[in-house]
Amino acid sequence: MNVSDPGPTRPDDEIASGDAVSDGGAGSQAAPVVVDVQGVEKVFDTDRGRLTALRGIDLSIREGEFISLIGPSGCGKSTLLRLIGDLTSPSTGTILVNGKPARAARLGREYGMVFQAPVLMDWRTVQRNVELPLEIMGYSRAERERKARAMLELVELADFDRVHPWQLSGGMQQRVAIARALAFDPKLLLMDEPFGALDEMTRERMNLELMNIWRRTGITIIFVTHSIPEAVFLSSRVVVMSARPGRITRIVDVDLPHPRTVDTRELERYFELVTSVREALRRHETDADAGSSDDGARIRAEGLA
Amino acid sequence: MTGVPTRGGRGSPVAARAVRRLRDAAPVVGVFVGVVLAWEVGLSLLGIQQFLLPRPSAIAAALVDQWPTLVDGVTYTATEAIGGLAIGSVIAISVAFATARWTVARESLLPVAIAANSTPIIAFAPITNNWFGSDNQLSRMAIVAVMVFFPIMINTVRGLTLVSPSSLELMRSYAATDWQILRRVRVPNAMPYLFTAFKVATTLSVIGAVVGEYFGGPRSALGVYISGEATLFRFANAWAAIALACLLGIGFYVVGVLAERLVLPWYAAMTKADA
Repeated sequence: MNVSDPGPTRPDDEIASGDAVSDGGAGSQAAPVVVDVQGVEKVFDTDRGRLTALRGIDLSIREGEFISLIGPSGCGKSTLLRLIGDLTSPSTGTILVNGKPARAARLGREYGMVFQAPVLMDWRTVQRNVELPLEIMGYSRAERERKARAMLELVELADFDRVHPWQLSGGMQQRVAIARALAFDPKLLLMDEPFGALDEMTRERMNLELMNIWRRTGITIIFVTHSIPEAVFLSSRVVVMSARPGRITRIVDVDLPHPRTVDTRELERYFELVTSVREALRRHETDADAGSSDDGARIRAEGLA
Repeated sequence: MTGVPTRGGRGSPVAARAVRRLRDAAPVVGVFVGVVLAWEVGLSLLGIQQFLLPRPSAIAAALVDQWPTLVDGVTYTATEAIGGLAIGSVIAISVAFATARWTVARESLLPVAIAANSTPIIAFAPITNNWFGSDNQLSRMAIVAVMVFFPIMINTVRGLTLVSPSSLELMRSYAATDWQILRRVRVPNAMPYLFTAFKVATTLSVIGAVVGEYFGGPRSALGVYISGEATLFRFANAWAAIALACLLGIGFYVVGVLAERLVLPWYAAMTKADA
């Protein structure tokens, strides 16, 4: 069994434990911790009373990792991402980004963000959309143009700099959003179901492109998704979450070789990993159906068993 | 985009576009000509008296006959409409910014604005005449300003506040200041709303000015002329002035549309692409 304890979870424990878990690469162990989440709980006050979105979240992410957060809707995976980005605050617990409180990291512009919708400004051209964060951060005009052009080249949209967002397809719009998020060279990229609204073909192509960008930039990526194949294909580790209350139930190390290409999806190991993520998700689905009053305690028990 | 294929590859694209424009305009022109003809012929067939409804030909004759007086009237009234529109817009946009910025302002000013909008503003005409004097153009400007205030303010507030929450989160992730959010998200977002309001306000401004003049004003004012000629049973003259007031309203509206295309070329292209 490789159900991680909802209590304190150090990355070393995660790497050391479990059958599906194998070493994600010797380099990643030595790399510094970029995101450190400790004992985080998030409670929302709703019309129907208090709702615990996240409970007992511990997670450490090292530099250069590609982490997917996956789970059923309502498991708080987007909330966890937004907590890391300081777009919302935890009820209890601490979140450190680059060793600083999440708020300080946000104010220091230390991460880029990509949402499910591209959130582009219709009145700006593609080029000027990519320049937006640079404008806000006070880069010179020449610098803005140079960086934005380089980013558009990275996402292969250099020829589309002068068109407006609504003239592009959904996939292209999302690539602009990625270029914009990377324009100011953040070391951390937060992505909230960025390809969720795209068709399957486009999504797979975007996955390949994202892999290329990750390899070329060496950036740390935290990626929220509800697609198991996508999570396995992209990640170095897949964080499996379950709902009511949202918690981390398992962390699956993905030991697929790099570079990952269309052939990766044909590998035996790929299918094994997809299966183990699916089973991790399903197990907690049935647990929830069984109507356990104290999921946390039972998971702990299972984890020890 | 403008990727509409042209049928029949004959002639230059420019010529083809001109032909298409004419074809698009043909139904409108046809209806106009038809109505005028039916009006002319119908009146003589039914034997309707001139004072009930003058024939188009009589109105056209009056237009020529009264031209200098009418031009003076149009100039005078147009000045009031433009002045009122300018004053009303400045105040409306200022209030809108305050309202969008401070919740307190929104809660205290919006009910007042809504109440103001439901009063028949034209009823204030005798009062503004009393304040500024009926021969003072400010009387009508005040009425026009109050009339255009509401649509412009409400639309601007909408444009400033109906910003997608994701855009605000994006700006938050950049640690953007309130001023940067206003300048780069809220104001650009409000521009199409503002122009929509302007287009409504242009027509309202002419109505406000002309009707305001019914309650008093110099002889040269269009509204005073219309009511005066009507009292003297010179209905063809009154109709000629009404036709010009109508043209003035249309002209203002067209200026609004052109200004929108000039300032927000992307918006015109986007709405066209959607259609």
